[in-house]
Amino acid sequence: MKQIYLDYAATTPADPAVVQAMLPYFHDAFGNPSAIYSYGQEAKNAVEEARAKVARLVGARDDEIVFTGSGTEADNFALKGIAFANKSKGNHIITSSIEHHAVLESCKFLGKMDFKITYLPVDGYGMVDPQDVKKAITGKTILISVMHGNNEIGTIQPVGEISMVAKEAGVYFHTDAVQTVGHIPADVKELGVDLLAMSAHKLYGPKGVGLLYIKKGTIIMPFLNGGAQERGWRASTENVPGIVGFGKAAELAVLETDSEGARITRLRDKLITGIQKNIDHIRLNGHPVQRLPNNVNISVEFVEGEAMCLNLDMSGICISTGSACSSTSLEASHVLLAIGLDPVKAHGSLRFTLGKWTTEAEIDKVLETLPRIVGKLRAMSPLYKN
Amino acid sequence: MYSAKVMDHFHNPRNVGEMDNPDGTGHVGNPVCGDIMEIYIKVKDNIITDVKFKTFGCGAAIATSSMVTEIVKGMSLEEALKISNKTVAEALGGLPAVKMHCSVLAEEALSSAIDDYLAKNPDKNTDALRKLHKTQHAHSEEESE
Repeated sequence: MKQIYLDYAATTPADPAVVQAMLPYFHDAFGNPSAIYSYGQEAKNAVEEARAKVARLVGARDDEIVFTGSGTEADNFALKGIAFANKSKGNHIITSSIEHHAVLESCKFLGKMDFKITYLPVDGYGMVDPQDVKKAITGKTILISVMHGNNEIGTIQPVGEISMVAKEAGVYFHTDAVQTVGHIPADVKELGVDLLAMSAHKLYGPKGVGLLYIKKGTIIMPFLNGGAQERGWRASTENVPGIVGFGKAAELAVLETDSEGARITRLRDKLITGIQKNIDHIRLNGHPVQRLPNNVNISVEFVEGEAMCLNLDMSGICISTGSACSSTSLEASHVLLAIGLDPVKAHGSLRFTLGKWTTEAEIDKVLETLPRIVGKLRAMSPLYKN
Repeated sequence: MYSAKVMDHFHNPRNVGEMDNPDGTGHVGNPVCGDIMEIYIKVKDNIITDVKFKTFGCGAAIATSSMVTEIVKGMSLEEALKISNKTVAEALGGLPAVKMHCSVLAEEALSSAIDDYLAKNPDKNTDALRKLHKTQHAHSEEESE
């Protein structure tokens, strides 16, 4: 059965052009970029070309880009690197309650190391208020971290305004832009950030490579100790094929972001409107307008998320849910709880994230299939009184 | 993640629905953990002659409630009270460790339905039944005290 993949926020298929670009670097141009001989230099050049491409995508200087093994590593690097390098200036970090686990868990870790963490609340749309950030700043604040776009509910944060607050107070500002770069404009100067994390496999690149943008002059400690790769910022033999793939993905994104953004937004809105029209007792989660072009997150009352996902899977439709039952921790999505959803609604949530290969016919198929599945599960539910 | 048997019970649940004038109703679970089960039984001469269920929950929750109703239909109350969550999980070909709590909920929903029946019909309660309630379902007893 043909699969309809609508979980692009989880991961994306690598673009065929990306895979082609990567292939030579596994066996033919396989050298270690630190080696003096030509294999090494060839690999080094490939890495630097890729670096220029990703730098261009985010509007940074080449030497402000450090390749990492993932977006998660980039977030860890930013938070722990700033914290430990600036400990003499203060120990207070401000973040939001809807960050990705990579940021939240790094903060929890730092919390156990004598750092004080403020987790800012969000409004019903998942939006952080820049005024709340301002009020939370103290003489000991050394870092603010607020994500650019939320992976679960799609809300796009007012990063530009928050960065101005950070600048006025002389505090470093990090943003997790894993879900936004390549999908919506994400220029480091316009955003005004000091640090920005990105992940290749969220924009049609390979898994196993990410990057941290570090504004020139930022005082930060390296996360991985060892060799002097990445100008001393990240020890490890470079993942040359991965980095080359990342560069290619960035190159494609520069060309495609605008047109793709418009196309996807239209399909996203068709899906939202169609669901609202054909199924009652549903709620759109996240901001209706300040929202990632590809994200649809809805709560369906009276039924549970994993049950809906399993049924959709039977029809070849692949999506995810914020239900507790589907997580190994058995806790409902912290993002849905943070925006004030009661647990039952959080358990009944579905996330559809569209991408480059999503077609209108696929959206139509979802609109045809979902009401039937919801109807079947509601008939079984003790919470649904017809 | 799920065995073929679990998927079968999930996609084709047995005994789903409501019952007119059930003799006993069991309601367990809570919205916070995301599973709510209701089991309805019809009892004649201490035999479960009919049983139905409704569940709000994941694949395992629906499968375990379906399986428990299939197992106990036609059983005496005594036999039904001996059904443990392990029996339900085994009948389904096993459950992932993180989903075992769903089978516990199914056992508790059934026991709660039988409890309800016996509370409404105390003359049908027997020493044998009382004993089973004490040992097998001690946690339910503690909660109601």
